[in-house]
Amino acid sequence: MTEEILAVNNLHVSFKTQTGTVTAIRGVNFKLNKGETLAIVGESGSGKSVTAKTIMRLLPKHNTLISEGDITYEGRDLLNLSLSDMQKVRGSEIAMVFQDPMTSLNPTMRIGKQIMEGLLKHQHLSKKVAKQKALEMLELVGIPNAKERLEAYPHQFSGGMRQRVVIAMALACNPRILIADEPTTALDVTIQAQILQLMKDLQEKMDTAIILITHDLGVVANMADRVAVMYAGEIVEQGTLDEIFYQPQHPYTLGLLRSMPNLSASRSEPLIPIPGSPPDLATLGTGCPFAARCPYTMKVCHDFLPEHTHLNESHTVMCWLQDARTPLTHIPEEVGSAK
Amino acid sequence: MKTTSKEQHLDELKAAQTNNRDQITADLFVPAPLDTAGQEEISKPSVSFWQEAFHRLFKNKGSVIALFALVILIIVAIVGPSMNDHTYRSQNLAHSNMPPKVSGLEWLGFDGKNSKGMDVYEAQHVETNYWFGTDEFGRDLWTRVWKGTQISLFIALVAATLDLIIGVIYGGISSFYGGRIDTIMQRIIEVLIGIPNLIVIILFILILEPGIRSIILAMVITGWVGMARVVRGQILQLKGQEFVLASQTLGASNARLIWKHLMPNVMGPIIVTVMFTIPTAIFFEAFLSFIGLGLQAPLASLGVLIEDGYKSIRFFSYKLIFPALVISTIMICFNLLADGLRDALDPKMRK
Amino acid sequence: MIVTLFIIITLTFFLMQFLPGTPFTNPEKLSDKQLVILNAKYGLDQPAAIQYVRYIGNLLQGDLGYSFQYEGRTVKSMIVDRVGPSALIGLQALIFGTLVGLVLGIISALKHNTILDYGSVTLAVLGMSIPSFVFAALLQYYIGVKLEWLPVALWESYDSTLLPSFALSVTVIATVARFIRSEMLEVLGQDYVITARSKGLRESVVVTRHVIRNALIPVVTMLGPLAVSIMTGTLVIEKIFGVPGLGEQFTLSILVLDYSVIMGITLFYSTLFIVIVFIVDLLYGFLDPRIEYKEGGQV
Repeated sequence: MTEEILAVNNLHVSFKTQTGTVTAIRGVNFKLNKGETLAIVGESGSGKSVTAKTIMRLLPKHNTLISEGDITYEGRDLLNLSLSDMQKVRGSEIAMVFQDPMTSLNPTMRIGKQIMEGLLKHQHLSKKVAKQKALEMLELVGIPNAKERLEAYPHQFSGGMRQRVVIAMALACNPRILIADEPTTALDVTIQAQILQLMKDLQEKMDTAIILITHDLGVVANMADRVAVMYAGEIVEQGTLDEIFYQPQHPYTLGLLRSMPNLSASRSEPLIPIPGSPPDLATLGTGCPFAARCPYTMKVCHDFLPEHTHLNESHTVMCWLQDARTPLTHIPEEVGSAK
Repeated sequence: MKTTSKEQHLDELKAAQTNNRDQITADLFVPAPLDTAGQEEISKPSVSFWQEAFHRLFKNKGSVIALFALVILIIVAIVGPSMNDHTYRSQNLAHSNMPPKVSGLEWLGFDGKNSKGMDVYEAQHVETNYWFGTDEFGRDLWTRVWKGTQISLFIALVAATLDLIIGVIYGGISSFYGGRIDTIMQRIIEVLIGIPNLIVIILFILILEPGIRSIILAMVITGWVGMARVVRGQILQLKGQEFVLASQTLGASNARLIWKHLMPNVMGPIIVTVMFTIPTAIFFEAFLSFIGLGLQAPLASLGVLIEDGYKSIRFFSYKLIFPALVISTIMICFNLLADGLRDALDPKMRK
Repeated sequence: MIVTLFIIITLTFFLMQFLPGTPFTNPEKLSDKQLVILNAKYGLDQPAAIQYVRYIGNLLQGDLGYSFQYEGRTVKSMIVDRVGPSALIGLQALIFGTLVGLVLGIISALKHNTILDYGSVTLAVLGMSIPSFVFAALLQYYIGVKLEWLPVALWESYDSTLLPSFALSVTVIATVARFIRSEMLEVLGQDYVITARSKGLRESVVVTRHVIRNALIPVVTMLGPLAVSIMTGTLVIEKIFGVPGLGEQFTLSILVLDYSVIMGITLFYSTLFIVIVFIVDLLYGFLDPRIEYKEGGQV
């Protein structure tokens, strides 16, 4: 049942900037199983998008340094593939949907042609067949008058419709993995729900695994099977949806959940924000990056990076609170229903 | 060596982490919350917009060199004419068409030899060296070139300043008041843009009779339009922005709005536009002189000197080369500096 | 568009009225009596308003009047005779300059921050900065006079067009290269380029189909300014290389105050400019699907 399709091991990515090298990803590990949805959650700047783009090898070469780690897809290390082999993977095996549908479509190319491009490249179809397939995809993602819309340009679509087109484009070659980088952030709330539902439906139909990158825990609760929480370039906690939402073990996860508005909670229950702001990646010390904002900080946190502790087969957390020497064991057992 | 040092560094870090694990003792596991007051502090010192712009400008090698070269050129243009005894109009027919000669720089071509390789200074028993040579009336070209540089720069600076004043006032009024005033003022600009400005300049000079004043006037008549459009565009864009609305909501006066909020933000594009206006003005002045609509002798601008030099290029190429070099250098420097300023003042446009 | 043209005609006409001297001050041998006859012949004795009405009327019939300097020649025939060489070198410069500029700019953007980039940026700054007539004069001196590779100041064979066209094209190369470079860099940073890459397209396909295409569209807007710079250039470059074109005629007419010819050529240039701007608008609407062409509106 749970067959692994993608594994990211000990990934380190840094960027060369004018002021020096900044490490954006500092040892990320996760696995993705066939047909499941893994949500990567975190604040902006935590390295979610960089992780996604690294898997697709879409980061600009001239200032990116992948210093360590590997990304295994079907037994192949994506980081070591030649560019032309990687291009065969992109779009046909792993596809991507980006955040802003307003800018992710070429404004001067007809929709149909943009969908056909991938098909022509990967499936070697004739133009006619590719066009037919593009039409089917448009119908599949629920674009009315699909036949005429094939000839339309992106600016003639609304934001939600464009995101549908982008999804159609990504799924055209029936990829095994879809990486969705904040696919609903730029959309209206009502449209968000439609797009998420669409992705869910298509996932069932096509048996695609999804890596969903988001900062919206509501979206996560809706979509994900498993969740990875990222902070300052590291996955601080990882587990099933239930584990993360009902038994969070990392203070950061806890903080995220507490700061999320909740309809079912009584009004007297206040929202508790996480104090402070994410650390500057360029000036991080050797300790736990969350130490400065953590309500449970101990002396050890400031100087030593905690290790990943496996609580069970699925649940991992990176925090000193898990250490046997910790006197404090009172991370609240029950946060309250998050949903 | 550099790449390995990076790897070494990583290894060291890792080693430090694992080795130090031994140092983790139980006594470290005591709560130690950080001082919360420090959390909301801004960690980096705040740098003002202008400081940052200057910093960026001075990191741009091209602009720094250009600025440096311009300063030197301007100093020489001011000092140059008085560095010898000749004036820009004093003629000495006995010393006409002397090739350039500088003692010590013979190897660079400043050897006083004419196109046939004959040392004219020896042949005519001339004692004084003419650094850039002389023209057909025996006027010293060194003095004339720098005098001409002065005049060309003067024309360009005055024209750019007038453009600036008219453009800022026109664009400011047009955009700040908006409505019908704006519509009418924009119509006028549209018509002016429809006319190739060179033609207007030529016609105006024909009417005004050639001279420094008429060249400046003719250039300003069409030149301010560009500045007006820049200013108007910027102000319109800023007016819609939230910090201006916020300031208005807080009851800021018009004067405060203009001086504290609009002006500092419009300054960047204005400065860049001025910097691009100056080389354009220098070009037009030289251009007009070249087609015979420029200054009248004995006054010299770079354009006049280039035209004179061009006429006798076959035998006295030095007459063209010096003013051509000076004008090209000035144009390159201003363009580089303007490019640098544009990048420095608008980080978004940084490429 | 027609309004602008009308304003230009009016402006030109009345500016001419303010010109110092009359067209007949040059041949000083003319007696007063002859002057009166000449003035009557060309209608110069009439009040300005009447001259103006007459001029407009003639214009509508395509009649630009007679030259004051060349007995019996119509301005129209002079323009027709002269426009050929100018158009030839102008078009050659435009085509050559645009192509070279595009290549330089595209390479520069694709090899951003490499030696190739710095090289072509330097070339572009030089091309922008060195006045075309300075460059033309030096070109004539070194290639024509010293090396004797190409004919100088003679208009005899096709070879004669090469140097003036090249001299004219320098500004075009520089302008186009700078423009396309910044357009390309802008497009290269767009999300849809990453989308195209994420589809698995080859980099060459991404660049040609998605980047260059989108970067090329705005280049069309450069046609107007380029046309002006070429027109400006022809005035001096034709003088330098002895090209019997419109620009040379124009500078000549300015020196001898041949009003009707100055006015005729001014109108010709302005019309050309306005027509080019109009075509550019149409072309842009046609090339960029985001702009739907609306009837009327633009002046």
